[in-house]
Amino acid sequence: MHIPTQESRGHISPTKTYIYVGIALLILTAITVAASYIDFGSMAINVTIALIIATVKATLVLLYFMHLKYENMLIWSFGIFYPLVLFIIMIGMVVIDVFLRVIPK
Amino acid sequence: MSVSSIKEFETIKHPVHEELAGYEGAKFGMWLFLATELLLFGVLFAGFAIFHAKYPVEFKLAHMSLDRVMGSINTVILITSSMTVALAIDAIQRGKRNLSIWFLVATILLASGFLVVKYFEYTAKFHHNIFPGNAQQVVIDHHTHQYGPVPSQWEGKAVDKNGVNLFFSFYFVMTGIHGLHVLIGMIVLTWVLIGMIKGKYTHWYYTPVENSGLYWHLVDLIWIYLFPLFYLIQ
Repeated sequence: MHIPTQESRGHISPTKTYIYVGIALLILTAITVAASYIDFGSMAINVTIALIIATVKATLVLLYFMHLKYENMLIWSFGIFYPLVLFIIMIGMVVIDVFLRVIPK
Repeated sequence: MSVSSIKEFETIKHPVHEELAGYEGAKFGMWLFLATELLLFGVLFAGFAIFHAKYPVEFKLAHMSLDRVMGSINTVILITSSMTVALAIDAIQRGKRNLSIWFLVATILLASGFLVVKYFEYTAKFHHNIFPGNAQQVVIDHHTHQYGPVPSQWEGKAVDKNGVNLFFSFYFVMTGIHGLHVLIGMIVLTWVLIGMIKGKYTHWYYTPVENSGLYWHLVDLIWIYLFPLFYLIQ
């Protein structure tokens, strides 16, 4: 008979982790706001830098706040990989169609 | 069924035992739901990217009328609330119910703070007659510095006023749906808070707390992308 124990519950991270991740997120926010006042040459570079910082922040939230670091393969495959593949197919196809379609005159 | 001790027998007979077995399943279901949310916002982000590429000048012009300071304040509020809800889950995992209650209260207060800032942003836009689908009129009529008239030429390119309009349509739809998520998150967290005060959750049963926390983190995740795309790229 399976008796619920502490081990059978979700992962418990040290409380400090949340504080550190929170501070890291606030610092990254400050960096991205500061970077927005600097023109790095072109719109494309500015957008890329902003999106890279946003992705670092999102990864921190996913891994530590949402405990994804300690989740099993089931959640990784159906919660992360599967929607990402769908996302890439759906959005990728639309974007490719919009930008690369040659309209015969 | 052999029962080795009375304590073990009580654990088996405990009504929450069935819910305990559903912990992994409930969390998996929550992640599936979050995946559908990714696709909902993904389509809007794709649309935004496409029209950003089609109307670069107009979008840059429209970006300038958004308040970077207001956006930054909201980002700080939402990140802090994400941290407090993570700490609330951490507290109940360790059986500190009172601490968890206070972290949940802090999260709900920060969420309402976010909506208050959003309210001021929206009313400022409405005050300048910027409505979804009706932005070009403003930018033409109004002659303040922030909402200056749309020039016919900008950086050597002709400005299409429809592009400016499109930007504000995306702005209202995306921040509006996100704001709705904040509101729903607040309601869910309040429900969890009531349960917590009633003593429904313990260090071995906190599934609703964790799942509503996951929802709240998703709201934060979406804002992490909305903020630079709308407020910062100028």
